[in-house]
Parts: sequence; structure tokens; C-alpha cells
Amino acid sequence: MNIIITISITAFIVLYAGLFKAKKALLPLTVVGLLTALGFTAAAWNGNAVHFGMMQTDNFALAFSGVCIVGTLLIFLLTQNYFHAKSDNVAEYYTLILFALAGMIMMVSYKNMAMLFVGLEIMSVSLYILAGIRKKDFASNEASLKYFLMGAFSTGFLLFGITLIYGASGSFDLDKIQAYLVDNSKAISPIFYPGVILMMIGLCFKVGAAPFHFWTPDVYEGSPTLITTFMSTVVKTAGFAAFLRLFADAFAPLHDFWVAPLIVIVCITLFIGNVTALFQKNFKRMLAYSSISHAGYLLFSLVVIGANSQNSVLVYAAAYTFASIIAFAVLILVKQKTGSDSFESFNGLGKKNPLVALSLTVAMLSLAGIPLTAGFIGKYLMFLNVMGEYKMLLVAFAILNALVGFYYYFKVIVAVWFKDGAEVELSTPSQYKVVLAVSVAITLILGIYPAIILNLI
Amino acid sequence: MEQLLLLIFLPLAGAIITAFAGKSAKIVSTVISVVSLGLALFIACNFIPNATTQFEANLPWISDLGIRFHAGIDGISMLVVLLTNLLIPIIILSSYKHDYKNPAAFYALILFMQTGLLLVFTAMDAFLFYIGWEAALIPIYFICAFWGGKDRIRINMKFFVYTIAGSLFMLMGIIYLYLQNPANNFEIQAFYALNLDSAQQGWIFWAFFIAFAIKMPIFPFHTWQPDTYTAAPTQGTMLLSGIMLKMGIYGVIRWLLPIVPAGVQDWSCLAMILSIIGIVYASLIAFTQKDAKRLVAYSSIAHVGLISAGIFALNQQGLQGAMVQMLSHGINVVGLFFVLDIIFSRTKTNKIEELGGIAKAAPQLAIVFLIVVLGTVALPGTNGFIGEFLLLMGVYNYGIWAAAIAGLTIIFGAVYMLRMYQNVMLGKTNELTITFTDIQGTEKLVLYIICALIIVLGVYPKPLLHLTEASVQHLLEQVNQKLTSVK
Repeated sequence: MNIIITISITAFIVLYAGLFKAKKALLPLTVVGLLTALGFTAAAWNGNAVHFGMMQTDNFALAFSGVCIVGTLLIFLLTQNYFHAKSDNVAEYYTLILFALAGMIMMVSYKNMAMLFVGLEIMSVSLYILAGIRKKDFASNEASLKYFLMGAFSTGFLLFGITLIYGASGSFDLDKIQAYLVDNSKAISPIFYPGVILMMIGLCFKVGAAPFHFWTPDVYEGSPTLITTFMSTVVKTAGFAAFLRLFADAFAPLHDFWVAPLIVIVCITLFIGNVTALFQKNFKRMLAYSSISHAGYLLFSLVVIGANSQNSVLVYAAAYTFASIIAFAVLILVKQKTGSDSFESFNGLGKKNPLVALSLTVAMLSLAGIPLTAGFIGKYLMFLNVMGEYKMLLVAFAILNALVGFYYYFKVIVAVWFKDGAEVELSTPSQYKVVLAVSVAITLILGIYPAIILNLI
Repeated sequence: MEQLLLLIFLPLAGAIITAFAGKSAKIVSTVISVVSLGLALFIACNFIPNATTQFEANLPWISDLGIRFHAGIDGISMLVVLLTNLLIPIIILSSYKHDYKNPAAFYALILFMQTGLLLVFTAMDAFLFYIGWEAALIPIYFICAFWGGKDRIRINMKFFVYTIAGSLFMLMGIIYLYLQNPANNFEIQAFYALNLDSAQQGWIFWAFFIAFAIKMPIFPFHTWQPDTYTAAPTQGTMLLSGIMLKMGIYGVIRWLLPIVPAGVQDWSCLAMILSIIGIVYASLIAFTQKDAKRLVAYSSIAHVGLISAGIFALNQQGLQGAMVQMLSHGINVVGLFFVLDIIFSRTKTNKIEELGGIAKAAPQLAIVFLIVVLGTVALPGTNGFIGEFLLLMGVYNYGIWAAAIAGLTIIFGAVYMLRMYQNVMLGKTNELTITFTDIQGTEKLVLYIICALIIVLGVYPKPLLHLTEASVQHLLEQVNQKLTSVK
């Protein structure tokens, strides 16, 4: 509870600071607020408190809150000179991102489906505005409108699902729903099943899983890069946590029912994400499609729900978040210099900026899932879970997709190191250096010694 | 235990130091690789040649997943560890005449790769083995793609995707074995003790075999190899052919045979046929090669074909031969590629028909090149002979027909290697080779060392055979015991 309050209050303070034109104070204020929230997260560890029957800050919620807060913090550090160059109303950016974060904390710690809905909406509405915040930019407007329409549509699915489930079980509470399923395992109301499917569709929309992914590439490409970073990392992580909380917990007794459509979704998501990413000429769009394929791997954790599911999602989401933050940070730097986000603008980056290029390489290796990076451990855990049920074909399919993934991630590495390009020297602000260093360190540490995170939940 | 950890991680530490050494990277990396050679020799001297695993290091790593840092050395590992630590300094020395851009990165990657290779060769934990397997691949990819020749990007991408495809299926096999293992760990001994039925053994055989076959490479998984060898910088080619392909052979001996002997037995006929096809096919292609580097690349496929045939014969001679030949092939092929590199650096070509008469201008090079070639064609008295003899004996015990065809490798090899030697070194000098300067400095040093090894190991191979004998025997006993228990 403290976490949400802290974040919300920070958001208001930042908004007022903006009103009084205290531009210099915005970032320090936000960082202090987020660090306080992180402190509260750590303090609540192992507490497992239930707040008014609506939210439960168990370790699962706290771990994911931690990832979201740290991810947001890193993204805030990337704002140096970024928003200032784009708009006068910098405070609004900060505030909206903070509100979205507050919504996400609700999404990862809800105990009652009403809170899921409220959290999701707080997050989504903030993101609709953020996507379109470049008022005069056509692509940004398009992104915002698309995101809004699709988002509203998916919220409709979700809400309808919640209604049907309430109609069947008589409660919004996750534990009560689970109890209903267990007690009436022979006579579950027929309207419960469509409820589950509708909620699955609604959440798949939010996390960008195929075939509900059509909004992702356009929205990711059109939004300001920093907002894209936020959407494809932190927001996605929160979305998966919400997904997992619902399906691995409340709907677990119905696993046999919803696993079949889920496997179909996983396969389509992996295939579409990877194969389309392969043909992209634009780095940002490639990342957008690759984020779809990562959603596919993340959904693996739901195919087999076991003791390890939650941990593996946490590891995977963390690995993916930090690697993506590196990738987007470098993209911002490159775009500032060259004005383009195509693969060609990365050519020859390694010659003049070896450290930036090295960070990007680590990120790509991690996204591709090469050992000694966090991405490998994430993929390994996913495969391990699914192999545990001997779904060999599914794993083989995922492996083939991972191979496709190698191909396009290595295209970046090839461009950076082996191609000759303009050899521009990037101006890397100090905060970017911090973000890159921290993210690379996390990626490598999680890859070499993942024991520190494996037992977290 | 400390010695082994030092052995494995000294190159890694060296890689980090080298990365920041700037211009002096060459010297720093040489010193480090020589020190690790000394360390390997020290370990070899203290190694008791019996079937036990020695210098074991067994530390907790990722306990929640049953993964331990468990490494150790037995006779089979000892040989390849020696090979690795012997060849790395030779390879680094062989690069002295080159002025690579970014030398710090170049030498750091070589040393990083050494750690990966040593992990593969000493791992007693399947997960650790896999990590080493990939950790060796990443640096060689960068070495070949950054410092390689023309069209290097496409070629290396093919190489990379090929090998990683194999290793991912191996990972699937490893996870499967882990799930079957009641002890919930990746210990090699626990995997040996698993009781799998023949259907399970069959598919695990394939999951592992493809990974190893791609690495070696065995026909028809070899298509990446000639291009990659040709496009890579010489040191990259040496690393690939001298050490890296031994990962595949070592993997078969260490992991494939004892874990799924029934699978091996069921499919050994096919593996044998593939190996023999590889021998004949690669030899025939080698005949027609115009580029000496490509010729050596194909000859390497032929030699590896014989090694794998010897292994799948599943008898003492075949396995012993494979062990010895791994070392010999590593030394010889590095020598061959080095000579070709010297020729290329002076004449800017490796086309056989454009060269000729170098022997007159460079008599010393002619002599050492001849010794290396003779070692490669397995002349008695050179190191190649012992290995090929044992291998053929092993294949003969498997089936006369197999030995008859596999024996062609020696005849074919002699023909194309000697013809290559003749066309390059003998005959008339032309305007390209008239100004050829003889070998000097580090070139001399490296080639003399290689020639000395070829002759010494050829005349007195006993310590080598002695080193591996007990372990190989123990391995075969294990395999046979398991085979009888399956039935």
C-alpha cells in the first residue's frame, strides 16, 4: 500500500513542481520518490499483507513491483535532455509515467478483479496520452489513436469476462473464485468458461500476444522512443504478472480447459513475432516484433503451471526488461546523431563507441538467449518447465523460433561491429552511461549467477 | 582442485587483462598462454594415469536447479586439455607477423575461448558442459566475423546458426536427462547410471549426435566448414580445426557413448556409414581443390571421418586411436594452416597453380612443411601414423568392408597432400615465388616446435597411449556393462 501511495504522491509533487517551472528539480524528485517506493517494497518483503481484501503484497507482487520500479527508474534516467528537447511540459511526462507505474503496482498485487481493472485502466489511460504526447507528429497521433481504440476494445473483453466470472462464482476475489472452482469442480456454471476465454483475450491484447498483436508494431514505432521503451518493458512485465496471478492462481483448477487455446496462442505468437522481426529494416520495429516473440516465450510459463512458473516469469521478464532498456537507450543515442532508426544507422558503431557497442552486444546476446547472459537463464527455465510435462514438440518449435531469433539479433551485432558505416561518435550523457552500465551488470550477473533471483518468490 | 580452477580461469583472467592491454596485448597474451601451458604440464606430470577423475573441483553454483560447478580430469580429458593449452600459445605465436586491428580484442577473445574449451573438456556437470560449449562458440564467431576475409559475415552467420541449432537440441537432450534423473542434478555419473529404454536412448542419441556431428563435422553436416575455414583469419582456422572440432569428438566419447550406449549401438551402423562417406567424399573433393586452404579444410573432414568411424567401432583400438589422433590432427592441421598462412603472407595467394618452386627460395620452410605433410599423411615414424593405424585397426574389428573403404583415406590423403606439396614447393619458381623469403623468428620457432612434436610423438607415443589407456578401458567397460543390463 505504501508503495502505491508513495508513487502517487511523487506524481502529484512532480506535477506541481512543473507548474512552478522547477524543471531542474523534476528528475531528483522522481528518483527520490521511486527509491523510497523501492525501499517500501524491500521492507514489505515476506510480509504477505492483505490490504482491505483488495490487494495482497505477497513476494510475487513485491518482486514484480521491484522489477517495475527499477525499470522505470532506469527509464527516467534516460530522460536526460530527451523530453526537454521535445516539449515544454516536461512535468506531464514524469507524472503520467508515475501514474502508469502506480497502476502497474496494482496490477501485480491485486487480489480482487476490480483492482485488476482499475490498475489496468490507470496504466492504460496514462499510456494513451504518453503515446500521443507529440501533438504535432502524425505517427505519434496515429499510435495514440490505435492504442486507444485497441486498448478500449480489449478492456471491453476483459470487463465482459470479469462479469461472466462474477455471474458464475459470485465473487471478484481470486481466492473465492478458486474455491468456487474447487468446490464445484463437477458443476461449474457454463458461463464461467467463456469468461475465462474473454479474460485471456483481453490480457493477450494488453501483453501483445498474437493474434491480438496488430497494434504493437505501429504503436511502438509511432510513440516517442522512450515511451516505447516503457511500454515494451515495464508495462509488459506488469501485464504478465497480472496474467500469471489470475491464471496460475485463480483459474489453475481449470488448467486443462484453457491450456489448449493458450498453446495455440503461444505458437502463433512465437511464429509471427520471430518471422516478422526477421524481415524488418527498422531497428525499432524489429524490437517491437521481437517483443511479441518474447511474449510467446513468457506465455510458456502458463502452459505448465508448477512451482517454478512464477520464478521463471520473473527471471525472464527481468532479463528481457534490462536487455531492452539497453537496446532502446542505444537507439535513442543513435537516432539523436543520425536521425534514423534503421539498421544502417548502426553500421560501424563499434569503431568509435566500443563501450556503447559492447553494451548493445550484451543486450542482443541476452535477447537471443546466449549462455552467460540473463536471457539464457530465462529461456532455459521456460524450456525446463515445459519439458517437465514432456511437451517435446512445443519445445522443439520454440527452439526453431529461437534460431530465427539468433538471426535477427545477430544482424544488429553484425551491423555494429562488422559493417563499415559513417563512424559517428555518439555523445553519451553521463546518465546514459549509468543506465547502460547498470543494465549490463544486471544482465551478466543474472546470467552467471542466477541463484540470487531464483529463490525470490 | 585449486590447480584445476586456476587452469580454467587463468585464461579468463588473462582475457580481461589482455582486453585492457592495448598495444602490448600480443606479449601479455603470450605470457599468459605460456603460463597456462606450464600449468597444464604440471597437472599432467602429477596426473596418475588410471581411470579415476583427478583434480576434481565440485562447488555449488545454481543450487536451486541442481547445477554444480563440477569439473575434473581423467585420462581422456587430460589429453585434450594438454592439446588445448599446447595449441593456444602456438596459435598466438603464429600471429606475431600479423598486424590485426584491435589486437587487444583479438587476443582477449582467444583467451576467453580457451576458458570455454577447457570447461568443455573438464566438465563433469552437463549444464557446465553446455555453458562451456557455447562460451567457446561466441568468441570464435567474433574472431572469424571481425578479422576474417571476404564474405565473412554471411559465412559466419551460417556457421553460427548451424552450430547453435545443434547445441540447442543437445540442450533439450540434457534437460530430458535431467528430468529423468531422480537425483535432480546434472552429474555425469548420475547420467551414466540412468536406465533409459531403447526408444529414449534413440532420440537422445540424435539430440546429442547432431550437435557433435555439426561440430566435427561429419557428412552431411559439414557444409559450413570449408567456407568458414577459408574465410576465417588463420588463427581462427587454427582454433576451429585444431581445437574446436575436438569438442565434438570429445563430446561423443564423454557424453554420447556412456549415456546412451544402446542408442549408439542401434545407430552406429548409420554413423559408421556417414563417417565413411565423409572420408571418401571429402577426399574426392580435396583432389579437385585449387585453393590449398580449402584442400586442407576438406582433408580435415576426411581425417575427422576416420576418427569418428574409429569411435563408433566401439572397441579399445578405435577409441585409443581416436584419442591419439585428436592430438596429432590438432598439431598437424595447425602446422599446415600456419605454413599456408606464411605462404599467403608472402605471395598473397593460396592458389596451388599460381605457386611453385618455393623450396628453392626457402629450404627451411620446405623441410618443415614436408614433415608436417608427412605427419598428415600418416607416414610411419610421424605422429599421424600411430593414430590412423589404431583407428583402422578398430574399424577393421568392426567390419572388414568398413576398414577397406576407410583405408582409402590414407591413400587418397597421400595423393592429394603430396601433390599439393609438389605443386606448391617444388617445380619451377615463378615471379611470385622468386622473391620468397625463408621462415624467420617466431615462424621458425613455431614450426620447429610443431615438427619436433610430430617426430617425437611418432617415434615414442607410449606416454600418450599410457595416459589415456586406463580411462578408455574403463569407459568401454562401462558401456558394455550398460549394454548387457539394457537387454
